[in-house]
Amino acid sequence: MTFQYDVPGDDFTRAGEASGDLKKKMKKLGFPSDVIRRVSIALYEGEINMVIHANGGHITAEVSSKEIDLTLADTGPGIPDIEKAMQDGFSTASDQVRNLGFGAGMGLPNMKRNSDEISIETELGVGTTVRMKILNK
Amino acid sequence: MTVRDIIKILDAELLYGNDELLDQEVAHACGSDMMSDVLAFVKDQAVLLTGLINTQAIRTAEMMDMKCVILVRGKDPLESVIDLAKDRDICVLKTPLTMFSACGLLYENGIRGGKSK
Repeated sequence: MTFQYDVPGDDFTRAGEASGDLKKKMKKLGFPSDVIRRVSIALYEGEINMVIHANGGHITAEVSSKEIDLTLADTGPGIPDIEKAMQDGFSTASDQVRNLGFGAGMGLPNMKRNSDEISIETELGVGTTVRMKILNK
Repeated sequence: MTVRDIIKILDAELLYGNDELLDQEVAHACGSDMMSDVLAFVKDQAVLLTGLINTQAIRTAEMMDMKCVILVRGKDPLESVIDLAKDRDICVLKTPLTMFSACGLLYENGIRGGKSK
């Protein structure tokens, strides 16, 4: 089953709508709560990143009884140094974003922690695609 | 302890809740204004104390399966925050107490921090 979501880049209050919707759908489909939690956290962090760094993007969620594959694609500025971005506490978020409760530098590390596999393709000035696999186990 | 007890202890105002939410038992809580940290460090806490009054406080609670958000320092949220809480069935309280005092009173009354990741 495939679900598609557009993440608007200009409205911080709507960040999390896709994660909330997928969470509801997975509950209805009867997935275990810890799997749903991991998918929700990984996707929510990704949505927040898309809104604060990349002016939105597009999410594809492929859901099967074996695994959940999440693809988050944006046409934002790209990530200059992925290794740094994966470090706990490293953040390039603005003070404005911090006032909104994010930008602690835990986004990408937390996405990694909650997924079984993660890959990041990024090109400066072109965009970033993050792929995450969460096994249903 | 139930959410009803928390309302008494924190001299809190109920902004959204129903009988089922108010009667649920609560053993663990966490306090943070940083939603990033809640998402990264919190595990099975049912209550979030925060000074953040935007919709992301409710969304974070939703993702973490938390059932109650307590807004500290007497802050009033926008109507859209309450609307989201209603839709997601998450209880919202407001207390005039500071974060430190609110957490301290709950701890004194038996609520604990629970496990972190």
